[in-house]
Amino acid sequence: MRHIISVLMENEPGALSRVVGLFSQRNFNIESLTVAPTDDETLSRMTVMTTGDDRVIEQITKQLNKLIDVVKVVDLSEGEHIERELMMIKFKANGQMRAEIKRTADIFRGQIIDITPNTYTVQLVGSSDKLDAFIASLGNASIMEVVRSGVSGIARGEKVLTI
Amino acid sequence: MELLSGAEMVVRALRDEGVKYIYGYPGGALLHVYDALFQQDEVEHILVRHEQAATHMADAYARATNKPGVALVTSGPGATNAVTGIATAYMDSIPMVVITGQVMSFLIGEDAFQETDMLGISRPIVKHNFTVTRAEDIPTIIKKAFYIAQTGRPGPVVIDIPKDMTTPTERFPYEYPKSVKLRSYNPVTKGHSGQIRKAVDMLLAAKRPMIYTGGGVIMGDASAELTQLAHLLNYPVTNTLMGLGGFPGTDRQFVGMLGMHGSYEANMAMHHSDLILAVGARFDDRVTNGVDKFCPTARIVHIDIDPASISKTIQADVPIVGPAKVVLEEMIDLVKDSKKRPDADAITAWWKQIDEWRGRHGGRYRTDDSELMKPQQVIEMLSRVTNGDAYVCSDVGQHQMFAAQYYKYNKPNRWINSGGLGTMGFGLPAAMGIKLNFPDADVACVTGEGSIQMNIQELSTCKQYDIPVKIICLNNQSLGMVRQWQDMNYESRHSQSYMNSLPDFIKLAESYGHVGMKVTRYSDLEGAMREAFALKDRLVFMDIYVDPFEHVYPMQVPRGSMRDMWLSKTERT
Ligand SMILES: Cc1cc2nc3c(=O)[nH]c(=O)nc-3n(C[C@H](O)[C@H](O)[C@H](O)COP(=O)(O)OP(=O)(O)OC[C@H]3O[C@@H](n4cnc5c(N)ncnc54)[C@H](O)[C@@H]3O)c2cc1C
Ligand SMILES: Cc1ncc(C[n+]2csc(CCOP(=O)(O)OP(=O)(O)O)c2C)c(N)n1
Ligand SMILES: [Mg+2]
Repeated sequence: MRHIISVLMENEPGALSRVVGLFSQRNFNIESLTVAPTDDETLSRMTVMTTGDDRVIEQITKQLNKLIDVVKVVDLSEGEHIERELMMIKFKANGQMRAEIKRTADIFRGQIIDITPNTYTVQLVGSSDKLDAFIASLGNASIMEVVRSGVSGIARGEKVLTI
Repeated sequence: MELLSGAEMVVRALRDEGVKYIYGYPGGALLHVYDALFQQDEVEHILVRHEQAATHMADAYARATNKPGVALVTSGPGATNAVTGIATAYMDSIPMVVITGQVMSFLIGEDAFQETDMLGISRPIVKHNFTVTRAEDIPTIIKKAFYIAQTGRPGPVVIDIPKDMTTPTERFPYEYPKSVKLRSYNPVTKGHSGQIRKAVDMLLAAKRPMIYTGGGVIMGDASAELTQLAHLLNYPVTNTLMGLGGFPGTDRQFVGMLGMHGSYEANMAMHHSDLILAVGARFDDRVTNGVDKFCPTARIVHIDIDPASISKTIQADVPIVGPAKVVLEEMIDLVKDSKKRPDADAITAWWKQIDEWRGRHGGRYRTDDSELMKPQQVIEMLSRVTNGDAYVCSDVGQHQMFAAQYYKYNKPNRWINSGGLGTMGFGLPAAMGIKLNFPDADVACVTGEGSIQMNIQELSTCKQYDIPVKIICLNNQSLGMVRQWQDMNYESRHSQSYMNSLPDFIKLAESYGHVGMKVTRYSDLEGAMREAFALKDRLVFMDIYVDPFEHVYPMQVPRGSMRDMWLSKTERT
């Protein structure tokens, strides 16, 4: 099962390496990982996308909680939540492919953010599934480069992860 | 306020933390700190001969007192030499503070002389680590390190101090914080009352109960509470290797250690039990054997201060997160207040069954008429000669298992050994750390001719500081534990498990100014051992020749259930 785990941690040097180290040390999966400071500059917010059965996910949250720099941990997948990922994707775009890429990007509500005579760069925001679907639907286009941010998530409704 | 340099603050903070001894080895990055040490006499520094020994000495002090031990090592090779000791403490959840020197902060990352990334290296083997980026933070960081090391689930903490943080000419106002608070670290202080109530109900309803306890009872100072609860209920108690002494070893309710080399009765009783009360024990793979076959009829109540220990390998039916001492106290009150009593008939029948198992094996071993000693006999003699009251500090191997099985530990914190990491070389420095802090106690280092050579250089430290430990070397002229596995699984192909060209340990001990005794016959053993312990102020190295072919039994059959055991070279359950 896929889980999105949100971690609030002290914005200290070394904090990130503790989390990443924990995952490799204990043989946990990281599918994606994002981290950035929050509105409170002493705190960073990290989102880890991981997979594992219930026992593994329980260990992941417990072990994360044990790290001294970690202030709070939630498994967003346990409740209603919104997840988003950002992707920038560069296509070789000549001839009729130019129109097709543009059309598909429009359907997926992507934006073309850079153009040269031979390339298009599309930006797309959405769930990871949606980004995958976009790539799949342009299967005949020639992809030059893909860069994805990894998943960020937030709980729906009034629930918040703060101190 | 007094103005102190970073170096002086390090020493002063240790003093203010109540530290009497620190164990260490100097080097370039620590010269300012060593100079500050020189200029005071409240914190005494013990100069070891290898940094690994410094960490084991500090660790053993912690195992005996539940207070953090302190080691001080220089950057680079000093720090890497300490790594085994830090990992040893980490695996057994031992509180320790290790201060490592580091190159000047502006040189970090430039492959400077004697630079190693100690924060990176130690990260997976510490509870936490710190680096100092502002000298004025030193007192707070040291306070935090001690606080983290000894609260919650204890563990080692490393403080990496770049040399320029200790410059003698840069002084700062010094005040040692009385307490610290960390918003991200709040160890539990009490268990969930509803869960505890539920656990007590299950406990009182059990027909074949087992109390299985570990290192958490020792470190959590809960041995009195455990003993009281067990006596109140008249239920059998088994201890892990780390938990020995948590319940009196000579008590009738004690069924011995459990696990890979656990007693026949402990493993049988675990397997057939219907309720296991696990306290401060972590269902290690040396205990459970095959997890899919583990105790098929048992429901499990698990008390542990670390939620991550609960349901990690074996699912608990009733998890209780909290300190063993407080939770057990609450349980005792509930049992006393409850109208329910244990099912007397069921418990009588259960004891009858257990006593039958006890009679079938009961820790027997084969002695023959030859004068060649069995290692078990040596440990039984040690137990007799020291009235079961010594600190027994073990190395790793067969001798360790015999010392666990045949010495009867009636008090907690007296059995000092490396269980989780299994560090050969632990025994001698551990015994030194204990003897130094408990000069009036009998302190034995039970070791093998393999293990002792991993930190033999510390005989020199013992000379310098007059540390009269007794070394009980069970000399089987082989890496016995390895050899046993080769006998059992590799058709006795003894690949590299034979100890060729042993030194003359007697001469070796004498060359360091100590006493050596060689014992080859059982009839000489008691006299020699009594003589050794009577030499109160001398270190005695007893080189005791034992049967090189002896194996440790019982031994669980790999990946079987708890009750699948070899009972001798020829008998299997
Ligand atoms: C050669 C060799 C053979 C071995 N054979 C065996 C064997 O046959 N049997 C055996 O048992 N072991 C054996 N071991 C040791 C084994 O590897 C483990 O180290 C040991 O089983 C772990 O003991 P423990 O479960 O008590 O946990 P420990 O490592 O002592 O951990 C303590 C647990 O208690 C918790 N805790 C700490 N403080 C508190 C508190 N205040 N309140 C509540 N909980 C607390 C911790 O969170 C942790 O979960 C062997 C080791 C070697 C080297
Ligand atoms: C540092 C280290 N290296 C290797 C091992 C693997 N090992 C476990 S027991 C053992 C043999 C120990 O020999 P000895 O000290 O003579 O004890 P004996 O088993 O013979 O009693 C070895 C090599 C270990 N535990 N620690
Ligand atoms: Mg040996």
